[in-house]
Amino acid sequence: MPSRRSIVGTIVAAIIATGIGIALSYAIHWFPVQASTQARNTDLLYHVLVIASVPIFVVVVTVVLFSVWQFRMKPGEELKDGAPIHGNTRLEFIWTALPTVLVLGLVGYSFVILHDNEKKPAREIQIGVTGQQFYWSYQYPPSVTGGAPINSYKLYLPDNESVEFNMRSKDVIHAFWIPAFRLQEDVVPGITTHYRATPDRLGSYPVVCNLLCGVGHSLMRSTVHVVTPAQFRAWIRSQLATASSGSADATGGGSSG
Amino acid sequence: MAAKLRAPGFYRAGAMMVGGFVFAALLTWLVRMATGHATYRHFLAWEAVVTVALLAVPIAFLVGIGGFDYWFYWAAGRPTRPEDHSGHGAYSWKDYFRVNTDHKVIGIQYLVNSFVFLLVGGLLAMLMRAQLAQPGSHFVDANTYNGLFSVHATLLIFLFMVPVFAGIGNFVIPLMIGAPDMAFPRLNALSFWLLPVAGAIMLLSFLAPGGAFADGWTAYTPLSINEPIGQTFFSVGVQFAGASSIMTALNFLVTIITMRAPGMSFFRLPLLVWANFATSLLVVIATPFIAASQFFVLLDRALGFNFFNAAKGGDVLMYQHVFWFYSHPAVYIMILPGFGIISEVLAVKSRKPIFGYRMMAFSLLAIVGLGFTVWAHHMFTSGMAAWVRIPMAITTVIIAVPTGIKVFSWLATLWRGVLNLDTPMLFALGFITTFTLGGISGIMLAMVPFDIHVSASYFIVAHIHYVLFGGSLMTIFAGVYYWFPKMTGRMFDERLGKWHFWTTFIFMNLTFGPMHLIGLQGMPRRVATYAAQFADWNLFISIASFGLGLSTLIFVYNIVTSWRGGPHAVSNPWRALTLEWQVSSPPPVFNFDRVPTVVGSPYEYGVPGAVHGILEPAPATVGAGSGSSMVRAPSE
Repeated sequence: MPSRRSIVGTIVAAIIATGIGIALSYAIHWFPVQASTQARNTDLLYHVLVIASVPIFVVVVTVVLFSVWQFRMKPGEELKDGAPIHGNTRLEFIWTALPTVLVLGLVGYSFVILHDNEKKPAREIQIGVTGQQFYWSYQYPPSVTGGAPINSYKLYLPDNESVEFNMRSKDVIHAFWIPAFRLQEDVVPGITTHYRATPDRLGSYPVVCNLLCGVGHSLMRSTVHVVTPAQFRAWIRSQLATASSGSADATGGGSSG
Repeated sequence: MAAKLRAPGFYRAGAMMVGGFVFAALLTWLVRMATGHATYRHFLAWEAVVTVALLAVPIAFLVGIGGFDYWFYWAAGRPTRPEDHSGHGAYSWKDYFRVNTDHKVIGIQYLVNSFVFLLVGGLLAMLMRAQLAQPGSHFVDANTYNGLFSVHATLLIFLFMVPVFAGIGNFVIPLMIGAPDMAFPRLNALSFWLLPVAGAIMLLSFLAPGGAFADGWTAYTPLSINEPIGQTFFSVGVQFAGASSIMTALNFLVTIITMRAPGMSFFRLPLLVWANFATSLLVVIATPFIAASQFFVLLDRALGFNFFNAAKGGDVLMYQHVFWFYSHPAVYIMILPGFGIISEVLAVKSRKPIFGYRMMAFSLLAIVGLGFTVWAHHMFTSGMAAWVRIPMAITTVIIAVPTGIKVFSWLATLWRGVLNLDTPMLFALGFITTFTLGGISGIMLAMVPFDIHVSASYFIVAHIHYVLFGGSLMTIFAGVYYWFPKMTGRMFDERLGKWHFWTTFIFMNLTFGPMHLIGLQGMPRRVATYAAQFADWNLFISIASFGLGLSTLIFVYNIVTSWRGGPHAVSNPWRALTLEWQVSSPPPVFNFDRVPTVVGSPYEYGVPGAVHGILEPAPATVGAGSGSSMVRAPSE
């Protein structure tokens, strides 16, 4: 048997390693900026997952390293065998039951977050998203514009207002991913898919096609501009004016905003 | 020459392939003429010819090489050659290039073929990393890049991961259970020869106009319906690889069920055999689904069936359900045999019984069952019915429990052992740590809100490589080193083996570790170029990946030189109890001079006087259960 001292020392080292691992998980900037309420929820879930994972990984690595340190074959032991231990029912029950409880707890918590992220708010605006090889376009219905519908290559969203994207594809599958919102969904020909986001930080963030859609896939990017409600209304008005003047193309110009 | 063309072999195969091509051209010509395309311009509708030829030429090759000879003779009522085992054994390197019915020869054929495709697939990865070293790079164009990662994944999954385990199983399983060969040696030979055919089809797609198939190994519709002819090479190649898988799995199942030596009850089977039993169940049930998915695509492409054409009532998401109904179990097909290898290596190199043998076996069966209930976790963001995410997330986290049981049991197997830290053992220990990381990120991905963010990002690329490279490939290296003396009769170079382990382990983590981060940061996978913010990490990853590529060359050098001129191996260099180590290295042509009798557990290390199998004819009284000085009951 390994000495009591080596075991206690190793347990202390493992606890310290766990602490360092969790501290590191906070020090690392894992994510892009949070620009939606969903992003805050999802990042919190991620940190809970990391905190739950670090001790498990540390236990595995510690046992491996401790065994290498304490039980490695020393010169003269080439013909020696280990202790004939065949199992331990209690231990096996524990390492079946504990992980079961842990993962079910975590997945239950993830459902709470999911429900929170997808809850329908009292008020929300609808914006259409169309994917086609290899660009995005956005449709603002009359309920949003207060006038004629607008089709634009630019995505403007009002801050602090829930928006539901109604997404359609003209050709193959795309995926409408806004990393700053931590949200995406595939855009599938033949059906309309949806997700909702509540932007809560002003700024411009990348929109990425995240499902291989052909040779131009890697350049199928766009930008989402989160602006104040007043700026949003002003932008809508300018789009309506451009459309009704009929001079420029009604789509707002620019290929990818 | 005429004799050569009549005898099975490459000459006849070549002639038959020409015939196959002519047949394809004639058939398409006739069909097109009959359906009103009878103008000279349509005489060579070469896309149609290639599509039919892709099916006809490989089958012609298999007929020519002799894969079907016995059955043809039998069906034609001509005298079949009785199984005199003249096809057994390999006496020169040329014997590896003909249809051979010896499971040991077939095992080596499988392994060498698989490792060739590992090197090709790895080379494609090097080209990809060269392209990705800088954003906006023009090392290759976007279409070529899409082809590179598609063929990379396809080769490494269908021509390396799946068959390499079948290769190890082919060599080892009959020896481990005390059988002279597999149950169906001719089927075994045929299932091997399907593989180089499938690999050649995949690689030849690079020569197709429009480039190789470029829709990923997942080949999602409707993109795959509209891609150039290269995509057909994928749809057809998968059929041949899949058929090979199914045949081998059936062979393993029947062999394990019917050909165990006397006394080899299921709970005396080494865990490698259990693992392949479980894997074969998965293969037999799941593989027809990917075959179906690709037949759908083929019919859509070639004949306009509109299975996946939404405008004509097709269902785009149906493809993904059918595809993942195979391809999720496939990840267990690509890891369970590795679990078996690790159990063998850890028990022998720790000099201890495997901890919790029965739970190890039951957890494999639990994974087989649960493996069929989780497929839609690949589709959390696909637009499928939202409620399906809930049960699939729950089953996905639950399947981690039997996997966790195995990891904990391996750790407990180390406890109070006498650890021989040689190359196979290092790979086994490295596997436990890196695979745990891949398992943890897998549990994270089961969490729907998190998966919604990282699905199809580089986080997924990191996860799959921690599982398949840090997991499966580490077990394969452990297994190849472990059984190398048995397979070749030579010892490998231990010092080079350790170098190989440490360079692989370090560069693997440097290559795939940072991919988690850039995925979380918002870098999509399957892109030929990327936003400037990811430039630094991508350069780092590319440099690390070149190190990883070079580390593989150490392995190749070690294996090639040791096979040619390594020191001769004794029959049992590891002092292992399982039966394959009780015969000479390499084993005799018919494995055992007499059928061995199994009298105890395969892992009784440290138990004084424990015996697993008796190679001498057992005393008649053993079967009746009365005492014998040689027989010891396994202590439980």
